[in-house]
Amino acid sequence: MAALEDLYASGHRACAGCGCALFLKTLMRVAGPDVIVTNSTGCMEVVSTPYPESAWKVPWIHSLFENNAPVAAGIEAALKATGRKGNTKVIAIGGDGATFDIGFGLLSGVMERGHDILYICYDNEAYMNTGIQRSGSTPYDASTTTTPAGKMSFGNQRPKKNVPAIMAAHGVPYVATTSMGYPADFTKKVRKALSIEGPKYLQVHATCVPGWGIDGALSLEILRLAVETGLYPLYEYENGQITSVKKIKNRKPVKEYLDKQKRYSHLFKMPGGDREIEKIQHIADLNAKHFNLDIEEKATAKEKEAKEE
Amino acid sequence: MAEKMRLTIGLVTKPGTTMQYHTGGWRTYRAVINQEKCIGCRRCADSCPDGAPFECAHDGKKKKFCVNYDYCKGCGICAYECPVDAIDMAVEEK
Ligand SMILES: Cc1ncc(C[n+]2csc(CCOP(=O)(O)OP(=O)(O)O)c2C)c(N)n1
Ligand code: SF4
Ligand code: SF4
Ligand code: SF4
Ligand SMILES: [Mg+2]
Repeated sequence: MAALEDLYASGHRACAGCGCALFLKTLMRVAGPDVIVTNSTGCMEVVSTPYPESAWKVPWIHSLFENNAPVAAGIEAALKATGRKGNTKVIAIGGDGATFDIGFGLLSGVMERGHDILYICYDNEAYMNTGIQRSGSTPYDASTTTTPAGKMSFGNQRPKKNVPAIMAAHGVPYVATTSMGYPADFTKKVRKALSIEGPKYLQVHATCVPGWGIDGALSLEILRLAVETGLYPLYEYENGQITSVKKIKNRKPVKEYLDKQKRYSHLFKMPGGDREIEKIQHIADLNAKHFNLDIEEKATAKEKEAKEE
Repeated sequence: MAEKMRLTIGLVTKPGTTMQYHTGGWRTYRAVINQEKCIGCRRCADSCPDGAPFECAHDGKKKKFCVNYDYCKGCGICAYECPVDAIDMAVEEK
């Protein structure tokens, strides 16, 4: 029975429909048994290890919120120093709060020192385990408990921090964004990252059912919409250069992504909400321009030329 | 120099032991796979955060999938993702 073979076992306590739990399950299917995992404080740490149980069937350690990456680096250094590195891969898993904010400086140090680890940020776009507080990853206008939408504001007024670009600026060999909405893209990038020596950073878009206020059944559909609207571009950096981008055919309006989530529901009710949705559309348009996301149909490109002449 | 002593820091648990806890008790709906319709594509198994769907039969042509109700939380992802609509979310009778 499939469930019995999983290296990330069933019976974990994530909410029904949690995209982050699907991330762990899929990751372990791809990575296999020869790994050591470190985990920062957060939902995936909590739901996978309700003491005295553990969902992990590989060596796994949780230390503190902020020092996840250096613990992984220490394990890698110890394996090397004792001649036991072999093919064993060290994978550090952290939430967006741990990655973008609280463990940010320490992660930077690990990237700088060139440790052979894969750091994966599962990005559910807020501090979920403590009750949906805004993080540096929370997108513009999302309502959280610390950036509540109401008379005074439309929710979080700061843009999402561009951590992949910051990681790439460290000169590490591999940085990529991916999404649990695209399991094949995820699998390909995990495999690739694990085949490269040195520090790697992967950022995985994953849903939080209560945090986003979604119907759990739509977990993967909503993640696909984030990509199809241009709000969560999927790309790879190799040695500081962008080397691949997931192109989008007929990019969808951001409204189709926003209207399925309670964290954005105020935009559809409050006066001035339309203008805010336009601003979010503008963010998607800028992404499309920056990453060259749109596939231009050959015919339409010709038509365009004809028009311009 | 201080005497060497064994010190276990932190908490240590046994691997995979969450399986003894059955999250199936949480659900309101259960995923039911119609074996006639199932084409064995694995999509349900690959999209379930709880590892509940599994390969349980083969009709000579195609694999067939079933759901392990010890762990199905009833989220409905599999039913939404199934390409041939072979999964129904049925109200759990307790
Ligand atoms: C130094 C420190 N600050 C704050 C906390 C409280 N805390 C525990 S989990 C958590 C949220 C983690 O957010 P994130 O990293 O995004 O993971 P998520 O829960 O969203 O999966 C917080 C703030 C802590 N344990 N340690
Ligand atoms: S709160 Fe969100 S991230 Fe945490 S287990 Fe539930 S769905 Fe997953
Ligand atoms: S997704 Fe549907 S067709 Fe595919 S294996 Fe599951 S039940 Fe069968
Ligand atoms: S309803 Fe959810 S928990 Fe149950 S089998 Fe389907 S995907 Fe898994
Ligand atoms: Mg988070």
